[in-house]
Amino acid sequence: MSYDAKFKVWRGDADGGTLEDYTVEVNEGEVVLDIIHRLQATQTPDLAVRWNCKAGKCGSCSAEINGKPRLLCMTRMSTFTEEQTITVTPLRTFPVMRDLVTDVSFNYQKAREVQAFSPPADLQPGEYRMQQVDVERSQEFRKCIECFLCQDVCHVVRDHEDNKPAFAGPRFLMRVAELDMHPLDTADRRPAAREEHGLGMCNITKCCTEVCPEHIKITDNALIPLKERVVDRHYDPVVWLGNKIRRRGA
Amino acid sequence: MTDLERHEYDVIVIGAGGAGLRAAIEAREQGLRTAVICKSLFGKAHTVMAEGGIAASMGNANAKDNWQTHFRDTMRGGKFLNNPRMAELHAKEAPMRVWELETYGALFDRTPDGKISQRNFGGHEYPRLAHVGDRTGLELIRTLQQKIVSLQQDDHRETGDYESRLRVFAELTVTDILKGDDGAVSGAFGYWRETGGFVLFSAPAVILATGGIGKSFKVTSNSWEYTGDGHALALRAGASLINMEFIQFHPTGMVWPPSVKGILVTESVRGDGGVLRNSEDKRFMFDYVPDVFRGQYADTEEEADRWYKDPENNKRPPELLPRDEVARAINSEVKEGRGSPHGGVFLDVSTRLPAEEITRRLPSMHHQFKELADVDITAEPMEVGPTCHYVMGGVEVDADTAATSVPGLYAAGEVAGGMHGSNRLGGNSLSDLLVFGRRAGVGAAEYIAALGDSRPAIRDVDIDRSTETALAPFRDASENPYTLHSELQQKMNDLVGIIRREEEVREALEMLDGLDERAESVGVEGNRPFNPGWHLALDLRNMLAVCRCVALAALERTESRGGHTREDFPGMDPQWRGVNLICTLDDTGTVQLKRQPVPEIRQDLLELFERTELSKYLTEPELSRLDAGSAESAQGSEQS
Ligand SMILES: Cc1cc2nc3c(=O)[nH]c(=O)nc-3n(C[C@H](O)[C@H](O)[C@H](O)COP(=O)(O)OP(=O)(O)OC[C@H]3O[C@@H](n4cnc5c(N)ncnc54)[C@H](O)[C@@H]3O)c2cc1C
Ligand code: SF4
Ligand code: SF4
Ligand code: FES
Repeated sequence: MSYDAKFKVWRGDADGGTLEDYTVEVNEGEVVLDIIHRLQATQTPDLAVRWNCKAGKCGSCSAEINGKPRLLCMTRMSTFTEEQTITVTPLRTFPVMRDLVTDVSFNYQKAREVQAFSPPADLQPGEYRMQQVDVERSQEFRKCIECFLCQDVCHVVRDHEDNKPAFAGPRFLMRVAELDMHPLDTADRRPAAREEHGLGMCNITKCCTEVCPEHIKITDNALIPLKERVVDRHYDPVVWLGNKIRRRGA
Repeated sequence: MTDLERHEYDVIVIGAGGAGLRAAIEAREQGLRTAVICKSLFGKAHTVMAEGGIAASMGNANAKDNWQTHFRDTMRGGKFLNNPRMAELHAKEAPMRVWELETYGALFDRTPDGKISQRNFGGHEYPRLAHVGDRTGLELIRTLQQKIVSLQQDDHRETGDYESRLRVFAELTVTDILKGDDGAVSGAFGYWRETGGFVLFSAPAVILATGGIGKSFKVTSNSWEYTGDGHALALRAGASLINMEFIQFHPTGMVWPPSVKGILVTESVRGDGGVLRNSEDKRFMFDYVPDVFRGQYADTEEEADRWYKDPENNKRPPELLPRDEVARAINSEVKEGRGSPHGGVFLDVSTRLPAEEITRRLPSMHHQFKELADVDITAEPMEVGPTCHYVMGGVEVDADTAATSVPGLYAAGEVAGGMHGSNRLGGNSLSDLLVFGRRAGVGAAEYIAALGDSRPAIRDVDIDRSTETALAPFRDASENPYTLHSELQQKMNDLVGIIRREEEVREALEMLDGLDERAESVGVEGNRPFNPGWHLALDLRNMLAVCRCVALAALERTESRGGHTREDFPGMDPQWRGVNLICTLDDTGTVQLKRQPVPEIRQDLLELFERTELSKYLTEPELSRLDAGSAESAQGSEQS
């Protein structure tokens, strides 16, 4: 059942590093994170990696496996052949801190720039009424575990560091869409989506959707509808107002 | 100390789970300058993993539900050892705390009339758990995280700085609580995980919200963060721990493949219709309904199945007994040779609900089994077995203010003890976090207001000692922290696990002596920046202290109740119902254990129960006092 696998793991820090070779035991049913833990316990106790839940729920263990953004804890070893060399590197879009750990503070800054939920001032706790069909769209986006794999893969920032200040990235554009579709949110989020969060820079390549471990349809269900509404508003602000009022009354 | 970074705050909240974030929101809204510290990134705390829901008697699914009913269920679940005042406050305040979340932007699943939907769970008389599919914890933490951001946006508008009143210090581990000359809290000491640099916080109030201790056990649903830091910090600061013997083994953890053993399978699977079967295809839970619960659970499969549609006229299925009962039942089935191939039992929804219904109601369970075990739960049963899940014991606190016995030190959430008695009901943790997180924030604010300008000062000797202790593992020594940790986990699992015996617990205590000694010579490689070996070496001393409390209390309590099962004392003993076990550290740093009476249950709260039910739990003298009290209050009402 068990065999020895060949691993290449990136070791280093902000000043640079290299891919180091390891040979390490693999047992039935294991995921890549198990192997990283075995390396820590048996060969290299100071190998830095982030993880928490080991069940795909917290979004801590993001890295790139053979060049693809993945969760280490949800990538089963059985998806590789026994001969294959497995290369594990840190997320490329964010600055390396040490080994597989990157500085993801970019994402927390972007989160702060999205205006918070703005409920109607007159509604008291306990008085909120919403229909399941109306909350479902935003609920899909709230499945997000903030693994930032979509942020890592999106070419707008992956290949262009200088776009970072002007572009919130798929995760936070989706947050704008989520609030925009919240049945009780009162803010008009369209001007900011274009002007502050860089919605226009997304050219709907759908790479973000492809890597999302929660299988959220980021592009189809959040970004494209948001783009459509932003265009709508551009021509007719009354449409937006009408939408909001209808939804609240429903 | 040249590399010491210093900060000054009114209150420091250690922990960014549900309890810590709710406490921080309250503290900031009370006008305090607040710091939140956590070991992981912001938004990753353990609370994120909670699945099933949050218990609050809003009465949306059944209008008969109210706080009294919730209180009763909580006390029954805890086998009457709960701190009754905590259980009362929790039941009364939970609905408001849940509704508040909607004002922060939470989107719970809805009822047809647009209210928050509520689902069934073990031990709860009515459908009571507000939920979002099976990812309620994620919704809770994200909502609180976004509320924090919203407060920071307010501060930014006012002061130009997002962090002027509320700042999150992520990936920073606190290693010591500091006190001033008069014994009151003066601050906290810790290190940045990223750089290894030391940080000193001056603050007159510290709120512990560090969660649980599960990482001391081999099979657990808990993450690496659960090393009992808050419990150990409190002990070392002079506070006491209560009832550490009560540990909840959740009946349904994954058992296969080995690398995911312990990962939780939510109780909602059973709440939504899933049943437990053994290798003989028998729904064995009907054989395990204990006397205290006879009459509340169905006797036949037919009745149990009717309950899902018509709960008014049928009794509940025994799969929904409190967790301790179900976990012990599974344990016995496996022991008696009727287990599944990988040493668990079968949990099946595939024959109970249509496939689409399963993927809609239990999306993350479907995902989890598909991705990690190659099992399609819409087509085949899951294999499950008990896993260490939650610690009922914790820091002893005042119910109303969350204050510990150390002035300025507060505790809320899983790290605090008392609320759940000997066993916690599902869904009662998330509500506990909000109710007592908020109360800790208020408590700290009142304390600071009373303190005025006379804030305790940090002593230099304490800084030196904390620094020295933190650096100690960088010595030339041979013990590997990973080896020590895995030995501890294996032994705790085997010797102080779900079923306990005197000789085994004694053996565990000896094992702990040995590990304590070896921990003195743990050495780590590498340097201070993001060094997991060093981090584990420091966590290890917390785990060892907490495990000793667990073992000592488990040895002392010679009865079986809730999350403490003694094979040599299988019965529940009313004499023990009134006894809390308290652990403290003496001057030499040795754990001391003593008995202390459980706070009395107020007459009006006792009267919420039938006398016949109380007679299963209380002693004769307690019952006669109750009768005398009832006569008196009846007389009183006649006169008035
Ligand atoms: C898989 C799973 C499912 C669950 N499902 C449910 C459910 O459906 N309903 C329910 O009610 N309960 C559930 N529970 C229980 C519940 O989730 C936990 O009890 C609860 O989330 C604990 O919250 P907390 O705020 O006390 O601590 P946590 O959310 O665990 O947060 C602890 C925080 O403290 C920080 N911390 C710890 N030590 C230090 C230190 N030394 N320095 C700095 N920071 C530190 C951590 O980084 C973290 O931020 C579940 C538990 C698990 C494991
Ligand atoms: S769809 Fe848009 S946001 Fe997503 S990866 Fe492509 S460009 Fe980036
Ligand atoms: S949207 Fe998906 S990929 Fe992006 S952060 Fe959220 S969970 Fe990760
Ligand atoms: S460790 Fe939580 S998602 Fe991988």
